[in-house]
Amino acid sequence: MATTPDLNFERDQGDFHYETTYDYDAGIGLNESTIDYISDVKGEDDWVREFRKKALKTFQDKPMPTHWASKDLENIDFEKIRYYLSKGQRPTRSWDEVPPEVKETFERLGIPEKERAFLAGVEAQFDSESSYSNMKEELAKEGVIFVSSSEGLKEHPEIFRKWFGKVIPIGDNKFSALNAAVFSGGSFIYVPPGVKVKQPLQAYFRINAEQFGQFERTLIIADEGAEVTYMEGCTAPKFETSTLHSAVVELVALKGAKIQYITVQNWSANVFNLVTKRGMAMEDAEVKWIDCNIGSRLTMKYPGVVMRGERARGEVLSIALAHDGQCQDTGAKMIHAANNTTSNIVSKSISIGKGVSTYRGVVGMPKHLDGCKNNTECDALLINSNSRTNTYPAITVRGSSNTVQHEASVSKVSAEQIFYMMQRGLSEGEAMSLSVNGFVNDLIREFPMEYSVELKRLIDLEMEGSVG
Amino acid sequence: MSESLTAPADNLASPEVFRQRQQSMALASEWFVERQQEAWQRYLDTPLPTRTSEKWRFANLKSLRELDRFAPAPFAKPDADDLVARSNALSKTAGKLVLVDDNIAAPIELDPALAEQGVIFTPLLDALNRYPELVQQYFMAQSPELGSDKFEALHVAMLRAGVFLYVPKNVEVKEPFAVYHWTKQDGTAIFPHTIVVCEDNAGATLVEFQNGAAADTEHLVIANAHLYAGNGAKPQHRIIQNWNERTISFQLNTSNAQRDVESKQVIVNLGSQQARQEIHGKIFGSGSNVELYSLGVPRGTQEFDQRTLQTHIAPNSRSDLLYKNALSDETRTIFSGLIIVEEGAQQTDAYQTNNNLMLSDKAEANSLPGLEIGANDVKCSHGATSGRIDDSEIFYFLARGIPRAKAQELMVFGFFEEIVEKFRNDELAEYVRGLVQQKFAQ
Repeated sequence: MATTPDLNFERDQGDFHYETTYDYDAGIGLNESTIDYISDVKGEDDWVREFRKKALKTFQDKPMPTHWASKDLENIDFEKIRYYLSKGQRPTRSWDEVPPEVKETFERLGIPEKERAFLAGVEAQFDSESSYSNMKEELAKEGVIFVSSSEGLKEHPEIFRKWFGKVIPIGDNKFSALNAAVFSGGSFIYVPPGVKVKQPLQAYFRINAEQFGQFERTLIIADEGAEVTYMEGCTAPKFETSTLHSAVVELVALKGAKIQYITVQNWSANVFNLVTKRGMAMEDAEVKWIDCNIGSRLTMKYPGVVMRGERARGEVLSIALAHDGQCQDTGAKMIHAANNTTSNIVSKSISIGKGVSTYRGVVGMPKHLDGCKNNTECDALLINSNSRTNTYPAITVRGSSNTVQHEASVSKVSAEQIFYMMQRGLSEGEAMSLSVNGFVNDLIREFPMEYSVELKRLIDLEMEGSVG
Repeated sequence: MSESLTAPADNLASPEVFRQRQQSMALASEWFVERQQEAWQRYLDTPLPTRTSEKWRFANLKSLRELDRFAPAPFAKPDADDLVARSNALSKTAGKLVLVDDNIAAPIELDPALAEQGVIFTPLLDALNRYPELVQQYFMAQSPELGSDKFEALHVAMLRAGVFLYVPKNVEVKEPFAVYHWTKQDGTAIFPHTIVVCEDNAGATLVEFQNGAAADTEHLVIANAHLYAGNGAKPQHRIIQNWNERTISFQLNTSNAQRDVESKQVIVNLGSQQARQEIHGKIFGSGSNVELYSLGVPRGTQEFDQRTLQTHIAPNSRSDLLYKNALSDETRTIFSGLIIVEEGAQQTDAYQTNNNLMLSDKAEANSLPGLEIGANDVKCSHGATSGRIDDSEIFYFLARGIPRAKAQELMVFGFFEEIVEKFRNDELAEYVRGLVQQKFAQ
């Protein structure tokens, strides 16, 4: 088992591309006129335009975080990126209005129309704008708002403006500033007090243009006692030049609310995926991130929870799989800002071939609080003899009545297990796949059913040919 | 004590300070003088650490900008018989050296039987004259590389005192060597340097006692200690850091192991206002076992900043690190550890644990336990915990009539015992227990 040669794997899924013609195109590069162009096309209010311009300045002033992060970031050429691109469609309301080539793309993704009919509300994102969004009537009846970011800011400013850019301020980091400057697409969701949304809300993202970065902006507000689950999954076509994906996701869970945000990230291996995700949990509220990273060239993503109210709870469950040439730099950020808040981080990463997976975390109990608890577990599995994994947690505890516990371990698939399974007729690849699935199984069980099935399939696919 | 030697112009801010020092030292060893000149230039060229530097994350950088006010301790035969008399923590030693403000305070002691076997135990400058090739081979051959490049350069440029311990092949020394460092003159800086070389299958223990003569003098200490262990060697190194609480101290250490080495380093942190320690365990050969332990008892507003690195270059070796702190009052600790398993270092076992016991509402513990693993057939883990004494455990004591304060003290002692027993020397263990107890009685 000591030396298992790497084999190239085929990533068929997502490796396709349809000709699309773009009605609006802000050109390549980024300056004030790009911002004006985007704001004009979207017909945005002045305050949004100002917000964007302020963000642009912050983005330009902030240095690249390469003093701690991967040097690969320096390979992003911001001058060669298209910052806005749209079919010029208003978000469509009915399935019939969705263009046929877009439907075909969804077909390849393996999401049959019928199944979608059952989904509570589907907002399928095609490039920057939402090309399809459908809300079930009953959701609308309950007062749930589920719209695109542009629509949210335009139609419901009284709800969304209050929290927009508040959980993740413009200057949080260079890429959140970039997103704030050029965002388009994404979902804005508001769930009224006491409403428990039974079906998960979903959005399928696609990147579908060369040199085109996608900058979705999502804001989910669960009012007092409300509950909602949001699922975000993506696959992307392969291109020759690198693409940049830099989303910002803000969650606000008011008193007693629960938000669960599920991501399955499977961008093609040329995408820079630099995402800022943070939730705010008020009294008795709960924010849970379930984050699964399989694709992209470089992912930097550390979902966070700021526990602002007493007894708030934050959780991050993370699975990362890094293949040859990939770097999954993921983790979690837990900021305890009230008494008796608890947080839990479970991170499992798998490195295959020369893939590098990194856990980077922050746990902070900055003021002298009472009864705060954090538990962190990071497990790394290394498949090949030259696979790499890194762990960089940072834990700050003040005061004598809080407890923090951090554990990390590194292991490989045991040769005995593989031997046992091969003796019973499994190929080495199948045995490896089964072991890896076993390693992440307790986390995958936390995912909703259709996602856990899809995930297992993805892992099988990734493990194909990694041994032999 | 001739205090007139330190005029204010001699402090580290003065451009003349290095030249003056070189003149007064008048060393014959050309390569060494060159190294010092090169280091002085490096010190001047290297910027101070900045807030964005990962190697200084959470650290208090303010005090580092004010180090210029210290003047290197002058050359002078110290008048310090009282300190020599107090340098008596160990009754049985193989050798003993007492340094006061980087000056030799008493004739060096070495068991003649050991000298006959080829053991060298002598002040560094003496070694430089008598064994120049040996010293050159090991002097600054390794560096912790954990962020203090500037202060390491200053140390090399300014150093003129320290100890050189050399144990030849197959010689095992049973009793420990003891080095007592004292700071005395207010406003001075010292730069002690320790080199321990254990040749193949050699074994020795060196204990360094770092003390302040008085409580109200200010000092800067930039100390280095480097261990070199040949195949099958068994070096042991202990540092009892008990500088006075107005000292800013640096301790930059490396522990280098070839094949089949059993090496152990224990650091006890009691003193200093701010103590920065960089400890790098490097394993170049297979079959070795490198252990790094530390115990910290900060009180008041003390800050202990420890950065460690365990580097596995060769396959099939083991390293174990356990750093424990009990934090009182408004103290801060930083533990930043990293295990690096280089590509090809298969069958590595590497462990790293940091436990912080929080005894006060205003204390702050920072843990950054890191791993960088580049080989798959390894057993590596790290753990970090920060928490308080369990209420149910205190209850157990209370139920048996033991008051809360006493119960807490006993629990803290229990917490530390895991490190204290690593000394494998009852006298030293008892000495450290006494110091910890004194600290709690303050």
